[in-house]
Amino acid sequence: MLISYKWLKDYVDINLSPAELAEKMTMAGIIIEHIEYPAEGIENVYVGEILSVEPHPQADKLKVLQVNMGDKTLQIATGAPNVAVGQKVPVAVPGAKLPSGKEIQAADFRGVESCGMLCSADELNIDHSEEGKAGIMILPTDVEVGKNIIEVLGLDDAILDMELTPNRSDCMSAWNTAKEVAAVLGVKARDIDIAFTENSENINDYVKITVEDPDLCKRYTAKLVKNVKIGPSPLWMQEYLRCCGMRPINNIVDIANFVMLELGQPLHTFDYQTLAGKQIIVRRAKQGEKIITLDDQERTCHSENLLICDGERPVCIAGVMGGQNTEVTEATTDILIEAAHFDPVSVRKTSREVGVRSESSARFEKGVDLQRLPAAANRCAQLLAEYCGGEIVGGFYDSNPQEILPMKVLLRPERINQILGTDFSVNDILSTMERLDFPYVEVAGGYEVTVPFYRQDVTVEEDLAEEVARLLGYDKIPVTLPEGKTTEGKLTPWQKFVDDVLNTSVALGLREIKTYDFISPKEWDKLRLPADSSYRNVVKIQNPLNEDQSIMRTTLVPGVLNIAALNHSRSNSNIDLFECGVAFIPTGAQLPKEPMTFTGLVMGKTVAGWQEKAVEKDYFYLKGLVERFFAHWGIAQWRVAATDKYAFMHPGQCAEVFIADDFVGIMGQIHPLVAKNYQLPQAFLFELDLETIFQHLPESFEYHPFSKHPAMVRDLALIVGNGISASQVEAVIWANGGEYLRQVSLFDVYAGSQLAEGTRSLAYTLSFQAIDKTLVEQQVNDSVNKILCALDKELGVKLRY
Amino acid sequence: MINKLNELEKEALAKIAAAESINEINDIRIYYLGKKGEITNISKGMASLSSEEKPLFGQALNQAKVAIEEAINAAITNMEAQALAAKLAADSIDVTLPGKSFAYGSKHPITRVIDEIKEIFMSMGYEVVEGPQIETDYYNFEALNLPKEHPARDMQDSFYITPETLLRTHTSPVQARTMEQKKGAVPVKVICPGTVYRRDDDATHSPEFHQAEGLVIDENITMADLKGMLLTFARQMFGADREIRLRPSYFPFTEPSAEVDISCFVCGGKGCKLCKDTGWIEILGSGMVHPRVLEMSGYDPEKVRGFAFGIGIERIAMLKYGINDIRALFENDERFLKQF
Repeated sequence: MLISYKWLKDYVDINLSPAELAEKMTMAGIIIEHIEYPAEGIENVYVGEILSVEPHPQADKLKVLQVNMGDKTLQIATGAPNVAVGQKVPVAVPGAKLPSGKEIQAADFRGVESCGMLCSADELNIDHSEEGKAGIMILPTDVEVGKNIIEVLGLDDAILDMELTPNRSDCMSAWNTAKEVAAVLGVKARDIDIAFTENSENINDYVKITVEDPDLCKRYTAKLVKNVKIGPSPLWMQEYLRCCGMRPINNIVDIANFVMLELGQPLHTFDYQTLAGKQIIVRRAKQGEKIITLDDQERTCHSENLLICDGERPVCIAGVMGGQNTEVTEATTDILIEAAHFDPVSVRKTSREVGVRSESSARFEKGVDLQRLPAAANRCAQLLAEYCGGEIVGGFYDSNPQEILPMKVLLRPERINQILGTDFSVNDILSTMERLDFPYVEVAGGYEVTVPFYRQDVTVEEDLAEEVARLLGYDKIPVTLPEGKTTEGKLTPWQKFVDDVLNTSVALGLREIKTYDFISPKEWDKLRLPADSSYRNVVKIQNPLNEDQSIMRTTLVPGVLNIAALNHSRSNSNIDLFECGVAFIPTGAQLPKEPMTFTGLVMGKTVAGWQEKAVEKDYFYLKGLVERFFAHWGIAQWRVAATDKYAFMHPGQCAEVFIADDFVGIMGQIHPLVAKNYQLPQAFLFELDLETIFQHLPESFEYHPFSKHPAMVRDLALIVGNGISASQVEAVIWANGGEYLRQVSLFDVYAGSQLAEGTRSLAYTLSFQAIDKTLVEQQVNDSVNKILCALDKELGVKLRY
Repeated sequence: MINKLNELEKEALAKIAAAESINEINDIRIYYLGKKGEITNISKGMASLSSEEKPLFGQALNQAKVAIEEAINAAITNMEAQALAAKLAADSIDVTLPGKSFAYGSKHPITRVIDEIKEIFMSMGYEVVEGPQIETDYYNFEALNLPKEHPARDMQDSFYITPETLLRTHTSPVQARTMEQKKGAVPVKVICPGTVYRRDDDATHSPEFHQAEGLVIDENITMADLKGMLLTFARQMFGADREIRLRPSYFPFTEPSAEVDISCFVCGGKGCKLCKDTGWIEILGSGMVHPRVLEMSGYDPEKVRGFAFGIGIERIAMLKYGINDIRALFENDERFLKQF
């Protein structure tokens, strides 16, 4: 919201510079983001009067002017198309500066000396539209020749850019802002004098107004002004409008806009003569009812849009945009002024549907001041009479003239201090109410404060506490720490577990990444997922920013692959990454499940040094990482099983991970076709469900004493058919190893010409040990024999040597 | 015989002195002191001596043995020392060569900031509480004094899943859930870090970002307590000489509300590029819990009060680590990640 500093000074005495005022306002809650000075960069530009226009002797497109500057006459050559004798125009004389940085000097224009330049509105930083660029700015004929343009156009101003919080939409009014400035500075604001004479006629004899849907239009007021003359509005008003970001159009439109900016009440002006049947009917639209709006667009309405209609047709979409059929034109003489209250929600919905957000709809959406409607209509009538020569018709239309009671809020000074932790005196607290112009009376237990209508945000005592604090200064609030029962700051076991997963990952050399929870549905095709894949059953965003961020991830895999791909494309190819975050699984309940998921990816080579060579990471590098996690968690009974059912994984290098019978995740190589889709080299990933794993964490464990007797060790090289997995072999060894088998570790895998086709050799070291004695040879031999028999019988596995 | 003994001793000591290896010394020991050694042999002649001569000779014999023994031991010790010195010299390496290579891991800066925040508030007695990232309209808005069609809902442009569920726009719903769960009991003291979402995407806004919401409810909580708590946080997070400044602001779920600035940690308040010459940096929003929010969650605002604050994690990370573009945080380039 933009506001002119000069305009504020019309209502309040301000003895501060714009910057000082901005600082005070900001510290009181109205943030001034930015200050702009319209005169900045303009030097030595004065009003000149064109005395003559002659063609340039050498150039068809140039003209040579004699311009009266008051104390002298300047010869100026120009290419401007719109110059004429008698016009008053801004002239940059030699030595002048313009906001663009341009400096003006006398110059030779193809043989003609030119002493200055005529300026366009664009060049003076006033109007950057096509219109402003189209030609020289033509000033009203009554301005004084030779006067500084800054003074003439009122550019000696500052534009304050207020960033309003939603509760302070009252400051979308210059007068309300002035009241706020007055409260902040501790001075009084001047009231606006709305006085005028009207004729003896009555508006009700001119127009019949009916509000059929008072639920969407709480109050409708109107005033009629006859015999207006259309023309430009006064320069000061144009400057105020421009400061607030609105373009001056003509005196009628400008006055309506001026009053809206001044009082915060949007107005609509109808060309009275065009109203069919001299009627206004406020009603909901009929389904499919059409209206052509001011911007030449045909709009189709539905039954929840509120329309203003005349005796025959819609003439305005209430609060959003007027109709072309009753628009004020050059030929207009009589103006019907509308000041109404429309339902904020209805205006908001309608303006969104229509796709128009105007200064007017913005104010209706916040809720206008019901009580101020007559003042706004009258103010408009007053200015139309003053600046357009209008005749104000007597009487006033008001659909709901009953008195509206203001909000009253109890103020207990003691409680205000309790909320703030302050020690303000009752007088100090009450003084803020006076500065705000909030009347109060003493009642039992405190003071009853009457809140003016324009401060709809103040409804409870805490709101008053904020008013007190912000006017006396938030810096007056002391610094203390809460007293009371002490509490224990701690993490739940689950939170500790998740933190530990992160810390362990980092310790194992993985880098943490963060990706968006919303992904593209295209990822599923890149992952080669079949149409019926459960991963495709997703939570969808109804209004995504774009298609690529439109569904909630059911797995972290696409996010991790994309980050791996980005890094690979930037030659960061040897990386180990992980992400820990939730996936979103639809359940049929109102909210989806959000399982905490831990996904890691490794690719490229291991770190090389001067002592060791880098080697390509493979499935076993990945599995080694996963093994360390399970070892760290103290979960022994986890296992993996080969699987080929994941379309995005290599069918021969993928395993499902289980703890007991619970599925907890997958690990393996990414399918080469998927790697290609993501432009990745060979890469390996795991994805683990932390919540299921958490359920299997040992709650506590006990120390097991270790044996002081020597272990006996046997190495077995076994010939194993390719269809038999190491885990099957190990299961048989453990099942038949007897009570003294302590450890089974694989130390070699061999496949080659020395072995029969379709077989490989797995070499294990078996370690036997008793807790209470030294084992004898025979006991170990018996166990080994039992193992070998079982391996042969159950798996056809034989001893190699 | 004593003369012979003295000669043998002299001869042995000379040999020991000339010996060059431990093996040679051992041979010398056997030659003189072994079972058939020269000294052993000569001692056998003691039987033929007179009873006056015997003790004298015995004494001399012992002295000679001890002298040789000591010389041998000294020589061995010396040689071992030399051998060790030689080995150490030979084994010496260039200790400045790099060590064995291990992969380095790193935590994402967002996690680092969240960890730090959790630690600071846990040390002040806060519990860490989390909530769902897809929320109901009720917890995300209504329970926070943001009824449907409230204009302030525009402050938080939301991603909707259904008309009644959405990606949470702030961590504040965890406030409402926690209060509801505590069923009116005090004190409540929680910090709620988590992921939140808004429909914004530019150099300073990411559609997905992180917040940590703090909430304290007790019988005598004041806005001065809020100020004290935030000052403690600011100093632990940004340095012991930080000051804070509260500015009036607006959040539908707090009243009074305040934006909180910290004195600039780059210039100390004198004004620089980071603080845009103001000396202050905005870091979070806060306020006293709105009485309607307390009521809706089962607390009596006449009996208890509370304060709440919401910290933008990305903002803190960007300030702390000098990151200019929020998108760098979600790009995850390894050269970025490895700096944390």
